[in-house]
Amino acid sequence: MTNAISLDRVRDPAFTRIVQERSGQDITTCYQCGNCTAGCPAGFVYDRQVNQIMRGIQLGLKDQVLSSNSIWFCLSCSMCTLRCPNEIDVAAVMETLRHMAREEGHVTVPRVEKFWFSFLDTVRAFGRSYEIGTMALYMLRSLRLTTDLDLAPTALKRHKLPFLPHIAHHQGAQAACRIFERYRKRAKAKGVRP
Amino acid sequence: MRIGVFICHCGSNIGGTVDCGKVVEIARDYPDVVYADDPMYTCAEPGQAAIEAAVKEHNLDGVVVASCTPRMHEPTFRRTVERAGLNPYMFEMANIREHVSWIGKDKEANTNKAAELVLMAVEKLRYNSPLLPKKFDVTKKVLVIGGGVAGIQAALDCAEGGVPVVMVEREATIGGKMAKLDKTFPTVDCSACILGPKMVDVAQHEKITLHAYSEVVDISGYVGNFTVKIRKKTPYVDWSKCTGCGACTEKCPSRNTPDAFNEFTGKTTAITIAFPQAIPKKAVINAPYCRKLQSGKCGICAKICPTGAVNYEMKDEIITETVGSIVAATGYDLMDWTVYEEYGGGKYPDVITALQFERLLSASGPTGGHILRPSDGKEPRSIVFIQCVGSRDKSVGRPYCSSFCCMYTAKQAVLAKDHLPDSQSYVFYMDIRAAGKLYDEFTRRAMEEYGSQYIRGRVSAIYPDGEGSYIVMGADTLMGEPIEIRADMVVLAVGIEASAGAPQLAEKLRISYDHYGFFMESHVKLKPVETNTAGVFLAGACQGPKDIPASVAQGSAAAAKVLDLFAKDKLESNPQIAHVDIVRCVDCGKCIRCCPFGAIEEVSIRGTNKAQVIETVCQGCGVCVATCPQGAIQLSHSTDNQILAEVNAICQS
Repeated sequence: MTNAISLDRVRDPAFTRIVQERSGQDITTCYQCGNCTAGCPAGFVYDRQVNQIMRGIQLGLKDQVLSSNSIWFCLSCSMCTLRCPNEIDVAAVMETLRHMAREEGHVTVPRVEKFWFSFLDTVRAFGRSYEIGTMALYMLRSLRLTTDLDLAPTALKRHKLPFLPHIAHHQGAQAACRIFERYRKRAKAKGVRP
Repeated sequence: MRIGVFICHCGSNIGGTVDCGKVVEIARDYPDVVYADDPMYTCAEPGQAAIEAAVKEHNLDGVVVASCTPRMHEPTFRRTVERAGLNPYMFEMANIREHVSWIGKDKEANTNKAAELVLMAVEKLRYNSPLLPKKFDVTKKVLVIGGGVAGIQAALDCAEGGVPVVMVEREATIGGKMAKLDKTFPTVDCSACILGPKMVDVAQHEKITLHAYSEVVDISGYVGNFTVKIRKKTPYVDWSKCTGCGACTEKCPSRNTPDAFNEFTGKTTAITIAFPQAIPKKAVINAPYCRKLQSGKCGICAKICPTGAVNYEMKDEIITETVGSIVAATGYDLMDWTVYEEYGGGKYPDVITALQFERLLSASGPTGGHILRPSDGKEPRSIVFIQCVGSRDKSVGRPYCSSFCCMYTAKQAVLAKDHLPDSQSYVFYMDIRAAGKLYDEFTRRAMEEYGSQYIRGRVSAIYPDGEGSYIVMGADTLMGEPIEIRADMVVLAVGIEASAGAPQLAEKLRISYDHYGFFMESHVKLKPVETNTAGVFLAGACQGPKDIPASVAQGSAAAAKVLDLFAKDKLESNPQIAHVDIVRCVDCGKCIRCCPFGAIEEVSIRGTNKAQVIETVCQGCGVCVATCPQGAIQLSHSTDNQILAEVNAICQS
């Protein structure tokens, strides 16, 4: 017995196929040049680099890919997509992987998910983002009460943290809220945690 | 008529999805078929012998073979039936492999389709008549287009074989890209030292006529008899008087002329000789930068020239040459790498192409062979090489590998260490493609003996660090880490594309070219130097990315083909050509205008003008047949009756 990945047993061709279908990207064209990794601004915190994620999908290593923290630290900046010589929308693949990981009930970095919920809650309430609200909700959810507080004075000075929420005109808030409702129903029907 | 039909199994290629035995059964009932069989491999010696035996035994006067594409074996079987005593055109081929067995899995449907294709061939064969080729003279002289190493090799081999050569080179000197190189892999020997003698041989060989600074403007005719118009661009210097002394280049005041030979790494004068070993070593005036030609004031070169060779009134000249064969050796150009914004898109002076780096290494280059940064003239300490810039990149329309960049990058890393022992080089690569004799050993040496740091990964950004150097951001995919390197100079291994104007030349030569402008060989494996136009051959990178050894080999191969062609005193024309029925011809002239080969002329027959096909020029394309409003032209071997017989065969079966 070794610690090697027993490829013939672990390989999950269905995973490769599903990622390709859901992202609409042909991952077989990836030849591992590493352009995506070279351009990734978040790569320094990844446990697996973007090209390794792509390799994992090619090999059908579902567990390794979906349990990677990289898919959660991805900023969706799409630099990887821009640089890819084979015209793979790598950012779309990362997005697909996040969806799949959540559907499996497997979120490796829950903090990131909590931040998103906090952000989305403010959007649902006001139709637009509300920075202080996002911060407060995130602190409560994550119990990280002092996180990034040191940035507050600078952000306040630059008017990046207004005390009142931005106003969405023309009943924008209600319209945004309806989108959330639609999603909540669909998620429930699919049995996914909203 | 007595027809024999042979249904080839082609091993399991056809036999696997076509019931060949059943096709034989069906074919036996076709009109005039007196014999049918299904050999395993018809093209093999026993298969051909069986055809010959059947012709004799059953007294056949026509043969149908149903097998593969006629592009491969039609000539084979024509020779077979000829050996059996028939006219080679009393033969028809049905393609039941590419058109049937390889494209469908339904055995019953395949078998039916194969039987129908055989019926078409039989019906056509019933209308065939014996055809005899005409013989015509060959002009035993070859045109070589392009004076790079491939063209030079082809020209020298032809000349040594006794064939007069006309070489046309677009630039003022031959030598091509190889003349710009400092050293060559994998031996690191001096490029000029090994190419120079060959260039001199071209200049001195009595059988070679060199037209440098010239371009092919028009080609007409056909194998054995091409007429080529060549524009000799004016150099504003009478080359018959110019001795190449260089006095003019020393005195020319227009010292800010871009230096194309040095890949724009330096400046030169408006009147210039590209480099010391140039062949021909003659001065050329770069008109847009010449003060005399632009403003009428100057004329220093004319005053200084000891032989009075400078002539500002000189004009382009068109000359005509007649040749029997043409070798295209037009080489390559670098792709426009400035599309890559991540490498600065051309705005950083110290981010240069490998060919520019080569000029910096060369003793005849702008820095006299010292590696100096174009921005400040200082020696770089840290040099980053990036491979595959514009190769293997679908997103910029260059999906192919440029084939020799891995090797020259290793060579440049070695030379950088030789020139600057304190320097460190880094090479970003995707894969190292070193598949040649002593190639892999060479890349290993770059790493092991010269300490070049190879990094498996790509570069995503280059930006100035504010202190005169650059930060190169990349990744090491083997470590799985993003990395960055402070570099004083970045050298890009820029991918190659067909040389400018290659597609236009291909149109003139009537040869095919691919998506990227590279000329198409006749067969990827078995006819790598031939084209689909008889008498036109390829050499070097014009056919696809190729390094020096491969270009030289192909140059010699093309020469062998030329010598082979010229070994015959007369060539046989293809008898599948157009014929005018002079009774029906009304002399409308449409065929004369539409013929792409100029193969139809107007002649006076008993006082009336009629169209007439020049038999050796006609290529049998059939455009005139379709154009003639009177239906007066028929194409031998594809007559209306033969085509209708085929159509009837499938429509009425």
